[in-house]
Amino acid sequence: MNQLDQLEARSVYIFREAYANFKNLCMLWSIGKDSTVLLWLARKAFFGHVPFPLVHIDTHYKIPAMIEYRNKLALEFNLNLIYGENTEALANKLTFPDGNVDRLTCCKNLKADALKNTLSGEWPRFKLNHSTGEFDLDTNREAYTGVIVGARADEEGSRSKERYFSPRNKESSWDVGDQPPEFWNQYKTDFAPGTHVRIHPLLDWTELNIWEYIEREKIPTVDLYYNQGEGKRFRSLGCWPCTHSVDSDSKNVAEIIEELKTGKFANIAERSGRAQDKEDGGGLETLRREGYM
Amino acid sequence: MHLLRTKMNIVICGHVDHGKSTVVGRLLADTNSLPTGKLDQVRANCERNSKPFEYAFLLDALKDEQSQGITIDAARVFFKTQSRDYIIIDAPGHIEFLKNMVTGASRAEAALLVIDAKEGVRENSKRHGYLLSMLGISQVVVLINKMDLVDYSESVYNSISSEYRAFLSQVGINPASIIPISGREGDNLVSVSQNMPWYSGTSVLTQLDSFKKEKQPVDSPFRLPVQDVYKFTANGDDRRIVAGTIESGRIQIGDEITFYPSGKTAKIATVESFNTALKSKSEAGDATGFTLDQQIYITRGELAAKTGEPKPVCSSLIRVNLFWLGRNPLVKGKDYLLKIGTSRVKIKLETVHKLLDAVNLETLESATQINRHDVADCTFRLAKQVAFDLTSDFAGTSRFVIVDDYEISGGGIVKEAIDDKNPAETGWRKNVLKWEIISENRDLKTNFDSEKGNLILISGTDHQDAINLAAEKERELLLLGEKPILISISDDLSFADTSIYQTDTTREQQVQFLSGFLPVLLNTGSTVIISASRLTDEEVKLFR
Repeated sequence: MNQLDQLEARSVYIFREAYANFKNLCMLWSIGKDSTVLLWLARKAFFGHVPFPLVHIDTHYKIPAMIEYRNKLALEFNLNLIYGENTEALANKLTFPDGNVDRLTCCKNLKADALKNTLSGEWPRFKLNHSTGEFDLDTNREAYTGVIVGARADEEGSRSKERYFSPRNKESSWDVGDQPPEFWNQYKTDFAPGTHVRIHPLLDWTELNIWEYIEREKIPTVDLYYNQGEGKRFRSLGCWPCTHSVDSDSKNVAEIIEELKTGKFANIAERSGRAQDKEDGGGLETLRREGYM
Repeated sequence: MHLLRTKMNIVICGHVDHGKSTVVGRLLADTNSLPTGKLDQVRANCERNSKPFEYAFLLDALKDEQSQGITIDAARVFFKTQSRDYIIIDAPGHIEFLKNMVTGASRAEAALLVIDAKEGVRENSKRHGYLLSMLGISQVVVLINKMDLVDYSESVYNSISSEYRAFLSQVGINPASIIPISGREGDNLVSVSQNMPWYSGTSVLTQLDSFKKEKQPVDSPFRLPVQDVYKFTANGDDRRIVAGTIESGRIQIGDEITFYPSGKTAKIATVESFNTALKSKSEAGDATGFTLDQQIYITRGELAAKTGEPKPVCSSLIRVNLFWLGRNPLVKGKDYLLKIGTSRVKIKLETVHKLLDAVNLETLESATQINRHDVADCTFRLAKQVAFDLTSDFAGTSRFVIVDDYEISGGGIVKEAIDDKNPAETGWRKNVLKWEIISENRDLKTNFDSEKGNLILISGTDHQDAINLAAEKERELLLLGEKPILISISDDLSFADTSIYQTDTTREQQVQFLSGFLPVLLNTGSTVIISASRLTDEEVKLFR
C-alpha cells in the first residue's frame, strides 16, 4: 500500500464507522476540492452510493461557477443534496458585501449561524428534487447528530487539534482543551442527547495528497482552481468578496502537483486568500469554536 | 504517477520539563524545517526582552502562530530528512496529557521518550513507557537529555540507561537505542557529537531513519471485523456487500469465511470496490467489501476469519489489562459498554485481580475499584459472547475501549478468555447452528409430527436480538404470502406477544405448554417461529 492507499483506507473506515453509528448523519459539502474528495471517498466507502444527505450552506456569495458545479454533480451522482441559509441576515443585508458588518461577523451570520441552525433543523432546509432539478422545502426537521466534515489538520492551526470524531456540545461549541481520547481505531460514537459529533475523515491528508488523489482518481473539480490564461488561480474557494486568487501558471491537476512540490507555497498558508482568517488573528479558532467548519 | 515520499508519525513523551519542546525545536531548526526567518525572529524577540534564547520558544512561536495562544492539543509539527517526512505528534504536559498522548500514540509508528539526565527516571517516564507498550508501539528510542548539565558524564548516562532499560524490559519494550543528547546544545541530534567520545551509537536522526515503516500483517490469519452489511438498492444495485477493513491476512474469491461468534460460513463470491479495476483479492490494510455465495444473516460486530485458519476466541468472560482515564472510577455493579473490533456489548466489572502502579510496578491485590490513570488487571463479564483474539496471538483484534456515560474512558487488551461455566452461555453457539439446520433442512419436517407446517427456532444470548431476527423472518415469510405465527419465550417476562399465560409462569412451564401445543399450530399449515433467548439442548429436544 502506498501513502494514498493508506489515507484512503483510513478515511473509508471512518466513513463506515460514522454510517454504522449515527442514525441522523449528514456530510457538509462546500464544493471545494477537499469536500469533493470527501464525496469521492464516501462513494468508495459505500461502493458508488452516498447513503446520507450532503448539506451545503449557501451564503449566496459563492462564486457562481461553484453553485453550477454543485447542482451538476448532485444530479449526475444522484446525491441527496440539501442547502440551508441565513434568510434573515440576507434579507436584512447584515453582510460584509452590503457594508453593514465586518468580515468575521459576516462569516458568523452566513456560515456559522446558518450551519448551526440548519444542522439542528431549526431553520428550513431545501432539498434537491431530482425530477424537477429545483429545490423543495425539506419536510425532515430532525437534527443531524453526526456531521462529516472535510477539515484537514495541515490546513490551519485550530484544525490540527481535532480528533477524527470530535464532540460538539449543545451550543455546537467545541471544548478544545478537553477532548476524548482515541485509542487505536475506536472513536467517540456515543453522545448525549442534544450534542453532536463532527467526523473528520480527511484529518491526515495534506493539500498535496488531495491533489495527488484527484489526479489518481480523475475526480471532477471546479475550473476556478486552474489558471485560465491570466496567470492566476484559486487555491482555496469561498465567497467571492473574501476570496483572492494566487499567482500561478498551473493549468491542470498535474501542474498543481508540480507547483506544490517545488515548495513555492511552503511559507504561504493555504487559506491566505481567505480574508476572514486574517481578521480572526490569523486563525479560525474563534469562528470554529462557535461551530464554523 | 509521482513518487510519493514516505511519511512517519512519531510521538514524543516523557516527564514534564524533561525537555521535549527543546528537542523538537532543535530538530526543526537543524533540519531546516522552519519557515524562513522564524529562527531569527525568535532570537531577535528574546534579545529585545533580555531573555536567553531557547529552542523551546520556537515551538511556542509556531504554536502561537497556529493557534492564537490557545493550548495546543496533540498538534502536529513537521520535519524532514533525506529519506522521509516526519510528523511529530506533540502532546504537551497538562492535566489532559494522557488522553492526548493516547490519541497521539495511537497514530504513531515510533516514539521518542525523553528523560532529564539531572532528574533521572521519574513517574511519567515509567507511565508513558507502560502506555507505549500497551498501545503496541514497538519502535522506541530513549533520549537522555540535558547531558550538558551533567558534564556529558558517561557514568550518569550508564546509570540512568541501565535503570530505565530494566524497567522497559518488564513492560515488554526493548528500545532501539538510548541516546545521550543535549537539546539545547544540539549534541547527537542530527549528527554525532564530539562532546561524548565515549558514546559509540548513532544520532537521533539516523536512528529515526533506520526505523521501518510498519508492514501490514498480510501473512497472519485472516481477520475482518464486520463493519456493516450493505444493500443499497438505488439504481437497481442488488449486491449484498459485507464491508470492513482487513486487520490481518488476505482473502480471494472462493475462500470460505467463518463469521464469529455466530459460526456461520459462506464463500466469497466477489470482491467489491468503486472506481478501480476488477478485484479478485484483498489483503491486510484494505478497507474492502465482498459478496458471499449464500445469503446468510450476519450483522456488524461479527469477526470474519478464514475457515481452516486459526480461529478467534469467543467468550463472555474476559481477563484484560486496562488503562483507565475516566473522570469517575470504574466500579462493580455498574453497566459499561465495551467496544472491541466492531462489536459493542454491555459489561460489568467482575473482579479486580491487581491494580498495577504504573510508576513502580507494585501491585495492589485487594482493590475494589479502578481510579483515573490506574492500570488494572481485571475480569469483565459481557452480556453476550463476542469474538476477538488474545493479545499474545494477535494484538490488533485484542484491543478494546470502555465507554462510560458516552465517553471513551479506558482502553486495554484481552489477555485471557475464561471458560464461562454458565451453561446457558456455553449452549448458545450450538443452538444457533441447530436453528440453521432446523430451518434450512426440509427433511427434518417429519420430526415435527406434522404434514404441513414448519418450525423455526431462533435463539441467542440476547432476548431482543432473537426477537428482532424472528420478526425479520416473519416479515420475509409474509412477503412470500405465508401466514407465519410468531411466538417469543422469555425468562423474565411471560409471553409478550400472547396472553395465554399467567404472568408468573416459569420458563419451564412455557416450554412444556408450547411443546404440547405446537403440533396443533403446525397442523394449521403455518410456519411457527419461536424466539427464545438461550435455548438449551433439552428445550430443543422438547420442541422436536
